[in-house]
Amino acid sequence: MKPAAFAYLAPTTLGEALAMLDGVQDDGKVLAGGQSLVPAMNFRLARPATLVDLNGLSELDHVSGDSDRGVVIGALVRHAAFHAPPFEGPLAELLAKVVRDIAHYPIRQRGTFGGSLAHADPASEWCLVAATLGATMHLASVAGTRTVAAADFFRGTFTTALAPNEILVRVDLPPLPAGWRTGFYEFSRRKGDFALAMALATLQIDGGAIRAVRLGVGGVSDRPRRLETVEAFLAGKPPTPATFAEAAELARGAVAVTADIHASEAYRSDLLGTVVRRALAEAAA
Amino acid sequence: MTWIGRSLPRLEDPALLKGRGNYVADHAKGALHVTFVRSALAAGDIVGIERPAEGLVFTGADLDGVGPIRPVLHRPDYRAVGQPVLPVERVVFPGQAVAVAVAASAAEAEDLAEQVFIDIDPIEPILDFDAALAADARAVHPEAPENVLVEGRLETPGFAETVASAHAVVELELRSRRQSAMPLEPRGGVASFDEATGRVTLVASVQMPHMLRTGITDCLGIPESDLRVVAPDVGGGFGQKMSLFPEYVVLVWLARRLRGKVAWIEDRRENFLASAHSRDQAFTVRGAFAADGELLALEADLRSNVGAFSCYPVTCGVEPLMAFGELPGPYRFSQYKVRSRGVTTNTCMMAPYRGVARPMLTFTMERLMDKAAAQLGIDAVDIRRRNLITAFPHRSPTGVVYDEGSYLQAMEAAVAHVDIPAFRARQAEARRHGRCLGLGVSVFSERTGYGTPVFAQRMMGIVPGYESVDLVMDPSGNVEVRIGASPHGQGLKTSLAQLVSDEVGVTPDKVRVVSGDTDATPYGWGTFASRSIVISGGATKLAAVAAATKLRKIAAKLMEASEEDIALEDGYARVAGTNKAMPIPELARAAYHQSQRLGMPAGIRESGFYDPAGTFSNACHICEVEVDVETGGVRIVRFVVVEDAGVVINPMIVDGQIAGGVAQGIGNALYEEMIYDDDGNLLTVSLADYLPPTALEVPDLEILHMETISPESVTKAKGVGEGGTIGAPAAVLNAVADALSPFGVEINVMPATPERIRAAIRNAKVPADA
Ligand SMILES: Cc1cc2nc3c(=O)[nH]c(=O)nc-3n(C[C@H](O)[C@H](O)[C@H](O)COP(=O)(O)OP(=O)(O)OC[C@H]3O[C@@H](n4cnc5c(N)ncnc54)[C@H](O)[C@@H]3O)c2cc1C
Repeated sequence: MKPAAFAYLAPTTLGEALAMLDGVQDDGKVLAGGQSLVPAMNFRLARPATLVDLNGLSELDHVSGDSDRGVVIGALVRHAAFHAPPFEGPLAELLAKVVRDIAHYPIRQRGTFGGSLAHADPASEWCLVAATLGATMHLASVAGTRTVAAADFFRGTFTTALAPNEILVRVDLPPLPAGWRTGFYEFSRRKGDFALAMALATLQIDGGAIRAVRLGVGGVSDRPRRLETVEAFLAGKPPTPATFAEAAELARGAVAVTADIHASEAYRSDLLGTVVRRALAEAAA
Repeated sequence: MTWIGRSLPRLEDPALLKGRGNYVADHAKGALHVTFVRSALAAGDIVGIERPAEGLVFTGADLDGVGPIRPVLHRPDYRAVGQPVLPVERVVFPGQAVAVAVAASAAEAEDLAEQVFIDIDPIEPILDFDAALAADARAVHPEAPENVLVEGRLETPGFAETVASAHAVVELELRSRRQSAMPLEPRGGVASFDEATGRVTLVASVQMPHMLRTGITDCLGIPESDLRVVAPDVGGGFGQKMSLFPEYVVLVWLARRLRGKVAWIEDRRENFLASAHSRDQAFTVRGAFAADGELLALEADLRSNVGAFSCYPVTCGVEPLMAFGELPGPYRFSQYKVRSRGVTTNTCMMAPYRGVARPMLTFTMERLMDKAAAQLGIDAVDIRRRNLITAFPHRSPTGVVYDEGSYLQAMEAAVAHVDIPAFRARQAEARRHGRCLGLGVSVFSERTGYGTPVFAQRMMGIVPGYESVDLVMDPSGNVEVRIGASPHGQGLKTSLAQLVSDEVGVTPDKVRVVSGDTDATPYGWGTFASRSIVISGGATKLAAVAAATKLRKIAAKLMEASEEDIALEDGYARVAGTNKAMPIPELARAAYHQSQRLGMPAGIRESGFYDPAGTFSNACHICEVEVDVETGGVRIVRFVVVEDAGVVINPMIVDGQIAGGVAQGIGNALYEEMIYDDDGNLLTVSLADYLPPTALEVPDLEILHMETISPESVTKAKGVGEGGTIGAPAAVLNAVADALSPFGVEINVMPATPERIRAAIRNAKVPADA
């Protein structure tokens, strides 16, 4: 469990990093928190010839904005920054709730927001947040910066719209101002393990009916999924257990779930319904 | 005031906590690194091995004259299978080491290993007992055409009539999935050749250094004196590190061949693939009960998947024969019919893991009691009251003799502590709100500290059991205790120091225990089977008593008093009824430097030897859980242990043993499972897939002690190393079953994963939403 040999580059500016990455192209990889890449290298599942270390780029390590305007999250911001987000409101509450299900405390000190999205583990909590809320990704290369919507960013298991010479530099989360309620439910084998299934819901309830809703699920298929059809079903309905049970059934129908050693398709599909119901119920509570 | 009974902080801890521990990897400096090239297939014939043009790579063909590892059991039903150190003809499990690459660093050795191509003609692997025992099954080894390596059978004379006349027969089919002992530190060894003496020193992360030396030198055909084995600090073993593995033979062979130093530090993936597994068992039992709940007879068909080889030295009999002999547990019945088989397959070898067969057999007996209670309409605690052994010594139907214990009293103490009626009220209330709480009881015996009298009955070619201790007081009055046991995390050095201090009269910090070095310690068996405090402790106590006797003689002589009047305490020899006293260091000096005055042999050097028949600890675990019926998730709410391990020498250490054991038992019950796919690929090769419980899954334990004194232990202590692991799975799983009782589902598989629990609920007679 020792990595294959690799070259290591430590740029101090984004420009430098982009030029270095462009120089090595396909054989290069950027190193952020290293919490996914380094184990993969030790198993020799990843064998980059060159690592471009982003940890010297303090320009990527900041959070700005708030729940009303939306937030901008630099790619190098660590998970742990959201234990107590530097802003308030429903978006902050949601991120603070979600972060506690990401791995364990030491991993959250190193792992980065951008690394999670770029890595695109199907069970990543941040990927679920990005997909459900409709984040915008900023992808930089020597040619300039482009933006990609979450819906187009996640392409499959560990696969994104990032080109080999691109770096994800920032992620914009849309506003979630006062009045939105949030719910998140994850089921994993042990605390800190990757989710076997998880759901995230944001709701506005007015006059006993759901007025606006976003619903997404993660850990169940090759990528996080926002469930627009279920959202459409929920809109205008009363936020009751019966509504949520029906929504759960619709969600199960909408996703072709994957199987692994911890959950067969049947079990994961069953869990999918449960996490959707619980996330909605929490949001409505 | 005695040192025994005090929670003395462990003498081992300051170094370990400050990162000053001395583990095998700390010895690798200056060594060449070794990577084993392992079979990617579970079974097949080796057609050829292609080596790179450059670099040091060795295969079985190079190991000229190196014999196989061949554990022996003198039983007619035993099929001896030799394990080639590096196979040349065929591979029989995935991950089997076939070649070895040597380079300047571990990374370069891995690079080199990647260039070795093992061409294997695949054979369809046999992975489980059903496939292995099928009528037309291929033989995994030609030596064992039926794929059964060992088989025990017994039927007591009155069995059939007793079953026929019983009021009810309760049947269970239980399964324990394959698990790993998973020590935090995987295996590893550093072997270095000494040009001056021609000897090799092997520093290795092992539990049985003397045994390892015997095994390796037997394979290599060299005298034991040509090899020194050192076990430094060892980061956990749990039985996995008590067997001889091919890797160690290769390391010593390489050091001799290269006349140099080689290091192999195992990684987690290798440890999961190719060290040892355990607990892959299927038990079918039928208990015949009287109407009042008395267990009259038990019939058992026990199968253990022992993997591709028999482990050395204890053999593949360790799980099946322990299951055969100890299934009756703490219950009194006389009619027993049992068949227990060790079945060979193309999977990693089974070796002992803390508790060995007992987590499964306790799960079996405790499920049986609960199921019979439910079937007969008796309370689960009452049925145990009716059946637990209360008269000692008790002789089980297999001839196992249980010494004094407190099976019933420990259960009563646990039941009282838990307050079951209060729990039942909470449970009923929770059920009204759709929440499922459950309570599970587990009563068990833990056979500990057994010496050659017991091991001899297993008829192993190598019969372990005794321990020897050499104790020296140096001229400054400090004590050095050289032991054959090989502690690796148990705090034994502290416990032994407490024992010695009470006899010799010096404080424990003046007692240094030396272990794990075949050059420095008497031949002994190492640390396993909850034996060390009983056997090595017994030998230590005997040596310490002898040393104290000599000290008293010297003191009597120097202070002109009578020997019987000398008390050794607080660093002094005092004459009773006077104010005469001498510091113990002065006596020690006199023993060495003024021996002409004493009229006895110079120095203070005594040995102890102890080889007991063994003593049973006992305990009752009670666990409370909450089951989330919609996900199948289980949360442990409360865990109570009433443990009787005789005299508790260091309560903190004993509680630590219990806590660690219970944590592993919780892992066994709910989380841990080694999984092969149908092609024989191991899917659980990292800690992302093999899931031991973490601190977040293990509740705070409530531990209570009882103290039954047994004549079978000179220290009055009983072993406590395995009990937590033995009892916890049954307590947890009975609690899960109790929580789910409204659904009428059974819990028959451990680990009871969320998926299994949820599936049971979905298939329940009573629908989950009802
Ligand atoms: C025991 C354990 C448990 C875990 N549990 C969870 C969990 O429950 N949920 C969860 O979401 N995660 C979990 N993780 C993963 C963890 O959150 C990682 O931190 C995260 O997936 C990757 O972030 P990183 O900064 O460590 O990225 P790295 O490991 O450094 O990189 C990951 C990949 O992303 C690429 N990359 C990184 N940053 C960028 C960038 N800015 N632009 C382009 N490419 C980039 C790298 O080249 C690499 O391919 C766990 C990890 C461990 C070790």
